[in-house]
Amino acid sequence: MLNTWIAASIVAVVAGVTGFFAVLRGSTFAAHAIPNGAFAGAAGASLLGINVIWGLAVFAVGGALGIGALGRKARHDVVTALALVLMLGLGALFVSVSSQYAEETYSLLFGEVFGVSRGEVLPIAGLGVVAAAAIVLAFRPLMLTSALPEVADARGVSTRRTELYFLVVMALATSMTVPVVGALLMFSLMIGPAAAARSVTARPGVAMALSVVIALVTVWLSIALSYRTNWPLGFFVGVAGAVFYLVAQVRK
Amino acid sequence: MHYLFEPGLLSSGPVRTALLVGAVVAITSGVIGVFTVIRGQSFAGHSLADVATTGGSGAFLIGLNQFWGFLAAGVAAAGLMEAIGVQRRRGRDVATGVVLGAALGAAALFLYLGTLHTATTGASFTVLFGSIFVISPDTVPALVASGVVAILSVSVLARVLLLTSLSPDLAKARGVNVRLVGAVYLIALAISVSLAAVAIGAVLSTALLIGPSATALRVTKSPVRAMAASAVTGLAATWLGIVLAYDSYYWPPYGHGWPVSFFVVALVLVGYLLSYARRPRRLAPRSPHEGAECSPA
Repeated sequence: MLNTWIAASIVAVVAGVTGFFAVLRGSTFAAHAIPNGAFAGAAGASLLGINVIWGLAVFAVGGALGIGALGRKARHDVVTALALVLMLGLGALFVSVSSQYAEETYSLLFGEVFGVSRGEVLPIAGLGVVAAAAIVLAFRPLMLTSALPEVADARGVSTRRTELYFLVVMALATSMTVPVVGALLMFSLMIGPAAAARSVTARPGVAMALSVVIALVTVWLSIALSYRTNWPLGFFVGVAGAVFYLVAQVRK
Repeated sequence: MHYLFEPGLLSSGPVRTALLVGAVVAITSGVIGVFTVIRGQSFAGHSLADVATTGGSGAFLIGLNQFWGFLAAGVAAAGLMEAIGVQRRRGRDVATGVVLGAALGAAALFLYLGTLHTATTGASFTVLFGSIFVISPDTVPALVASGVVAILSVSVLARVLLLTSLSPDLAKARGVNVRLVGAVYLIALAISVSLAAVAIGAVLSTALLIGPSATALRVTKSPVRAMAASAVTGLAATWLGIVLAYDSYYWPPYGHGWPVSFFVVALVLVGYLLSYARRPRRLAPRSPHEGAECSPA
């Protein structure tokens, strides 16, 4: 329980920070696709009997690179959709071949309060620090390419390379999240708080901080409620994200 | 041939149902998917599928046939997306995403409650990844009828739909009700997504919707030919996928088939990658900053 709480708090901070840029850049679909793909990695890793987090990382980063590389040649949304279904299809195969209990699949997809073991907290913290540092280091180019792509081009900041960089960071952030909130709901945690924060304030720094705060509140609330009711963690995360967004929209 | 077609393939009832349903699904998705790709609505298509998951798991919870759950949730979501406003593109992706997240959360709850009451553990796998071999023959007429309705409504509207997809302003100037056309199209999309969800699972239905159409649009410029090519590609992938899945009972691990959905998705993707061998042509001009956007206009 304590492990989950620590891991989930790290996850919330990183999701808040990455989610802010995902919303700003309109990478909503990629933010949805990469965690889903990571599910396949987790299923594959448990098939091979290695630590789930490595499977998650390999598939998430692989998916991000694939979307970035192929998206150069073709329509971005089409490539994202196809990468997404390929990885989910692989996930379905791994799950069905490995004949493990259905509950494990379920908790990978929808999250589970007790999904984090003691050994997983350290890698999650490590990946979290790397992902957050990567975003903070590249804060200016990311802002510039998101808000003013023309100016970025003129200043010699490559839009393409920044996009790829961002996708990889998002993949890293994802691989730590999936065991906690589940592949399908990671996306809610990234988009919901960030979208709510963005509709409250226009200032980037404040919006980012607010997005982190909302993500933390969402996660803490969800863990407490999930612990009490034994309902899936993902349900509370999904609903809380939507509620925060609606409240922010109404207040606007 | 004997190696590809294992004995007893065509005499098996479930396989025949699967081949029939697979054909309906592949053709519907192929035809409608062409417009989804042209309109840049891959995310919308995928979101409808994910929201349909909620309906499918809700139906499972109250013991209804999953198709009706998929369909009800899909059509409701299409209406909601239309209400949110297709015009505001920037906010649309985010709004879609938030709705999608809440819907998936509800799906998680339904599946959890469902497994709690009925003690069947395979349900989440069936809803998410499909199980074409266990479709009951009773639902086949409903599936075929829905597919025909979707294809007919899109075919009747094909010219207008194409015009509104490529140039909404021109369509408006000619007195076309752009919103109505968009709404009809979204409902047809919801039907086709529900069909695909029955066959290869809610989260994978995007494969049949987007894959064959994107492949076809890379090969030919004409929308009509693209629709035909995409239907044929989808059909080939689905049937071959069913045959391979049937054969896979004899592959390792023995006595346990590989999922149909995996084969269909893999074949669809192989088709798409093969289309790179040809010189690409595109229907819609590409905007310089498309990379930063999820759904190009």
